[in-house]
Amino acid sequence: MLLAKIVGTVVATRKDPRLVSNKLLVARPIDPRGKAEGSYLVAVDTVDAGVGETVLIVSGSSARMASGMKDCPVDAAIVGIVDAIEIAE
Amino acid sequence: MNLARVIGDVVVTRKDENLHGLTLLIVQPLTPEREPYGKPLVAVDSVGAGVGEEVFFVRGKEASFPFHTVEAPVDAGIVGIVDEWYVER
Repeated sequence: MLLAKIVGTVVATRKDPRLVSNKLLVARPIDPRGKAEGSYLVAVDTVDAGVGETVLIVSGSSARMASGMKDCPVDAAIVGIVDAIEIAE
Repeated sequence: MNLARVIGDVVVTRKDENLHGLTLLIVQPLTPEREPYGKPLVAVDSVGAGVGEEVFFVRGKEASFPFHTVEAPVDAGIVGIVDEWYVER
């Protein structure tokens, strides 16, 4: 799974019917130390995340196993809001 | 599957209901020479691994198989703790 920071929202009126009433957010992946890396992605939100929060994103076909996403055309889902990241080195 | 070292953990209070009770660890993929390669990622633990241990993990939907019949929304999972490895040169 990816760690990411929520940086924005997406509004889409015309979309697949199975995406109706799902919230879409723009996320920027971060490394465990909080540094932004890689490119932005759109993820469907299942835990009521908001802009500025650090979240856990599951990608690929596993995103469909997130709550309420069964058979939905998604490849990235926000499944947790991160409280703390601990790195031991 | 990839070889990796567990370098940290993630605390997530608000999360998908099918993630409750699961341990989320940060793993850094390793080369056979134990050098880090690629980006660290978050993986779910099914074998009782801890920080500092060398493990192997599986990517994709298969990461949720250890938790069957619960459909955990995970795309990376630690499935073994490595005692030792040997690569012929």
